[in-house]
Amino acid sequence: MEKVSQIEGRAIPFGRKNVDTDVIIPARWLKTVSREGLGQGAFESVRAKDPDNVFDSEEFAGAPILVAGDNFGCGSSREHAAWAMLDLGIRAVIAPSFSDIFAGNAFKNGILTVALPPEQVDRLLEVAKTDPIFIDLESQSVTTPFQDRFTFEIDPFRKHYLLEGLDEVGLTLERDEAISRYEERLAAGQPWLARGTGVAA
Amino acid sequence: MSSKPRTLYEKIFDAHVVERRDDGTCLIFIDRHLVHEVTSPQAFEALRINGRTVRHPELTLAVPDHNLPTTARTDAQGNRVPIADEESREQLAALERNTHDFGIRYFDATARQQGIVHVVGPEQGFSLPGTTIVCGDSHTACHGGLGAWAFGIGTSEVEHVLATQTLLLRPSKTMEVRVEGDLAPGVTAKDLIMHIIGVIGTAGGTGHVIEYRGKVFEKMSIESRLTVCNMSIEGGARGGLIAPDETTFAYIKGRTFAPKADEWDDAVAYWKTLYSDPDAVFDKSVTIDAREVEPSVTWGTSPEDVVAIGGTVPDPDTFADPSKQDAARASLDYMGLTPGTRMQDIAVQNIFIGSCTNSRIEDLRAAAEVLRGRRKHANIKWGIVVPGSGLVKMQAEAEGLDKVFTDAGLEWREPGCSACLGMNPDKVPAGERSASTSNRNFVGRQGPGARTHLVSPAMAAAAAVTGHLTDVRELTREPA
Repeated sequence: MEKVSQIEGRAIPFGRKNVDTDVIIPARWLKTVSREGLGQGAFESVRAKDPDNVFDSEEFAGAPILVAGDNFGCGSSREHAAWAMLDLGIRAVIAPSFSDIFAGNAFKNGILTVALPPEQVDRLLEVAKTDPIFIDLESQSVTTPFQDRFTFEIDPFRKHYLLEGLDEVGLTLERDEAISRYEERLAAGQPWLARGTGVAA
Repeated sequence: MSSKPRTLYEKIFDAHVVERRDDGTCLIFIDRHLVHEVTSPQAFEALRINGRTVRHPELTLAVPDHNLPTTARTDAQGNRVPIADEESREQLAALERNTHDFGIRYFDATARQQGIVHVVGPEQGFSLPGTTIVCGDSHTACHGGLGAWAFGIGTSEVEHVLATQTLLLRPSKTMEVRVEGDLAPGVTAKDLIMHIIGVIGTAGGTGHVIEYRGKVFEKMSIESRLTVCNMSIEGGARGGLIAPDETTFAYIKGRTFAPKADEWDDAVAYWKTLYSDPDAVFDKSVTIDAREVEPSVTWGTSPEDVVAIGGTVPDPDTFADPSKQDAARASLDYMGLTPGTRMQDIAVQNIFIGSCTNSRIEDLRAAAEVLRGRRKHANIKWGIVVPGSGLVKMQAEAEGLDKVFTDAGLEWREPGCSACLGMNPDKVPAGERSASTSNRNFVGRQGPGARTHLVSPAMAAAAAVTGHLTDVRELTREPA
């Protein structure tokens, strides 16, 4: 994963609440075996309905930040939602709250999810219409050219992984000894559980 | 081991800690992993790129479901019917190749065990009480109906589980949904969970694992418990579970991958320790009166947009929260509905009976009960019944349910996710309505422009008969 520390640029003002993953990327785009190119299908229903939508506007092309409403990313577990947003160039989402699965998927792909109180998100939606926004992960702050400065909470574990661009699978594999100990205990204590489908391990 | 009273979820969590880390995260062992074609190809690809293997192939079970067509899979000569859509074909071929290369048990499209992952796991005895179960699908909470801590994961996590059989997690908060009293006749598990989501809202359980508690769940069949837990994610909760009991043990006994012989008693002895201690404290608690639950139906484009079938389309102006007013207006615009319309006056053109929420034998029996000896209304252009697995299909056919559906003018299909998410050819046309037993009424979920009303299987059957949303109790009531 690439390191994430500062994200600066225009922010797409998309204040809608309960944006579900079917809105971010409809199911018909999930038939791919790759992570690439999903930006084409991103927010398809929003784009189809309104020719003046924020995602197709010249002004926000390549904008690295999305500002959205409450409960962003609810619904399906499809990581394609994160991939589609990355493909659009989005590296951070600011909203009052996120669904758990989406927040996890975003994190795994180096997309920063910034949760701020609704009134601060409303303020950023206003700023986003005309001006850029700056996010600094180290100081956990969001600032604007107008002296706004909002700080946000982030899981220290996630912050560390993002700042260092760590490979989670690789790091867990280094815990082989601890996992093996657990497995031995399981095989001895609950063999009926350890057997699974019975295919040779 | 601490002597502090613990909830069921906390007991399962503690039992699976491989390692507690200083930053508060825990490495959690994953007992069971289900894989389907849509959310796994990129995970297997990453394993190959990084030269990694699958740590425990025997703890993963794979089955195609999401984009498989539900039309006949073999021709009259018994040959496989090729899948017309090229991308679907490739994705399905990738699953077959990946499971073969990594030595994972795989039920192919023509196997009688094939079906929707969340129907197959319990049916095969692969999903067990007290286990951690994951799948790259948000409806994995379903398996919580057996008393498992089951939750949906993304593809990066699928890769993590394949490579390490663990996930790095922080404990979730706990939420109790306590239901007092009994459900009225004609009111089902689906109506109850929709009602609960209407009360807690689509983000009500975010950050929490829900435990459903109360006599009503103790009396429920496993099929009904699976339906309830299935939709936990529609209330924002990644996991939802019900304590296992004798009903659970009886359901599991004798299934393919269930504990056998002398091990059975050991397993049951362990499972009997899986309940929330009497003094356990939940971070959040909601109480629902079962007697207030009526057959439920959705009017909008979020699963929280629930109303009793006797109700009307709400007026967005009456909502206290201004952003909810806007959301409701957008929903009504998409749904083509006006406030004050009686739900029962809404005509539907499509019927979908299926999905991981409602495609088990009990669901099909409930729908057939209403349809027996009746025909679909002339308004209904398209109606399909999609069993959850090949085994459910065989059972239904043995009971003659397929005949009831086809006599009623509905189509009887092969198992899969089908019109729940319209990834395969089964879609609802733009601008048309469906009465659907699935779990999501999102914009475009059943096809671009499709208008979904979520209902129970009996309610979908009732809508098929009358051509509009209908209180099924009016069709099933005994003559006075």
